[in-house]
Amino acid sequence: MITFDSVSKRYPGGYEALTNIDFHLKEGEFAFLTGHSGAGKSTLLKLIMQMEKASAGQVFVYGKNLNRMSRRQLPYFRRNIGVVFQDHQLLFDRNVFENVALPLMVTGYDSREAARRVRAALDKVGLLKKENQNPIALSGGEQQRVGIARAVVNKPVLLLADEPTGNLDPELSAEIMNLFGQFNQVGTSVLIATHDLGLIDRQRHRVLTLDKGALIAGNSDTSAVSEHDE
Amino acid sequence: MMSRPQSVKKSPGRKPVKANTRAAGNTGHSWFGQLFQQHQSVAVDSLSRLLQEPGASFLTWSVIGIALALPLCLFLFLQNLQQLNTSLDDAGNISLFMDLAIDEQALEAARLEILALSEVEEVTVITSTQALIEFQEASGFGNALDGLDENPLPAVLIVNPATDDIESLPALSARLQTIAGVDLALVDLDWMRRLYGIIAMAERLTGGLALLLCLGVVLAIGNTVRLAIENRRDEIVVVKLVGGTDAYVSRPFLYTGIWFGVGGGVVAGILAITAFMTMSGPFSRLMALYNSDFSLSWLGVSDLLSLLLVAGGLGLAGAWLSVLRHLRQIEPS
Repeated sequence: MITFDSVSKRYPGGYEALTNIDFHLKEGEFAFLTGHSGAGKSTLLKLIMQMEKASAGQVFVYGKNLNRMSRRQLPYFRRNIGVVFQDHQLLFDRNVFENVALPLMVTGYDSREAARRVRAALDKVGLLKKENQNPIALSGGEQQRVGIARAVVNKPVLLLADEPTGNLDPELSAEIMNLFGQFNQVGTSVLIATHDLGLIDRQRHRVLTLDKGALIAGNSDTSAVSEHDE
Repeated sequence: MMSRPQSVKKSPGRKPVKANTRAAGNTGHSWFGQLFQQHQSVAVDSLSRLLQEPGASFLTWSVIGIALALPLCLFLFLQNLQQLNTSLDDAGNISLFMDLAIDEQALEAARLEILALSEVEEVTVITSTQALIEFQEASGFGNALDGLDENPLPAVLIVNPATDDIESLPALSARLQTIAGVDLALVDLDWMRRLYGIIAMAERLTGGLALLLCLGVVLAIGNTVRLAIENRRDEIVVVKLVGGTDAYVSRPFLYTGIWFGVGGGVVAGILAITAFMTMSGPFSRLMALYNSDFSLSWLGVSDLLSLLLVAGGLGLAGAWLSVLRHLRQIEPS
């Protein structure tokens, strides 16, 4: 699903966020990406989303070489990836339903089919009754679940999450992780960046560990589950 | 690389993951129908956003309206001037002053001869007697003329040419000069040439002014749309992240531009109509002083429609410039 081949990312100004990263995430796999803040987790996710371009090396996502992707192809590429952000990135000028419907609207979905899918996604995250509310009126956990519903509403092949439980208490975090697990069970590949080690320990998934821009653990499938030594 | 058993569970019978192509799951409507539906909803949404801030929108509409009203009024004035010009039928006439000694039969013979020419539409006879009476009435020199033994005024034939082309008049005039009994053929081209010259200059002036003001409208709308883009930065970022194309992201702003233009066109139309209503009273009184029933012609429905079309086009152009310049700079980061 995702292949990094000797990927480095240097920002203008010389700061090297990622150095010579190699890893492969298989189709249908569930993996955590961890490391201290500033280790390069967000940069790695941004490279997958094409929010940033690699300075060196090649990134492949479902077989597409991102270095060769044109600006024109970018939106169509992104429609296959669902992303959950720590800060939710919800729009407060529209209600929950409209926020979740956004990925379908941009593809020109038939509105009745879109409504059916939006309600299914909201039902999945347990917010069906709040579809008419403005997301600003929801709690942090609920906002995050709206973000998740939006990320999965068009059935992406890959789900990325950047600190999805960052501001949530352990109980809510577990709930959210459980949701990601459910999506993974139906075949969606999942990559979650988090520094919440307790959370990772409870799950038996592969862990990619970044330190100062280098991948120090989990870069091959031989890595043990939860191999992190902090 | 593949030695460790995966913790991944797959649901039985799931097909291999395949990337969605564009607009997967579209059902029912045709591609065109969907596009139309999308455009319609974006158009309505853009307009309602403008109406949600009536104060700011009205201000923009007024600016655009005033900028458009000026060339529009000049254009209308020009149109009226040209009509006035064509309504002055006798402007292109040739006056033939006949020999003083000519008798009535010879005058009639000359009239018929001239009327037979294909270039001539009509010939009016003013006999020397008629001319004298007219002169006495109009000039105030009646008493002085009474003192004369003979009528000093010649008979006049007024020739109305068939053509509107004033430049062909000198040739016709020269030909009429050769007809027996014609003393002098006079065509007063100078003042007509001046009028045409003034009209041509006014046309250029209006054209140049219209060009400048339209450019101003395009830039004003471009700047307003730039602010709208800035205000919706978060939304643009999210839409780009979930796979909105540039076309999708631009569409609401292009419609915003069109609505600014059309609204400005409406204001310009109202201003122009008001100006003409104010003008028409004094104008017809002025015309009455010249014994003319000429009245100002108004903006027709088709004029108003093309005004809105042009204004909307200017709005679209301004928005397009702005979108081209600013929308690409907003990227998720």
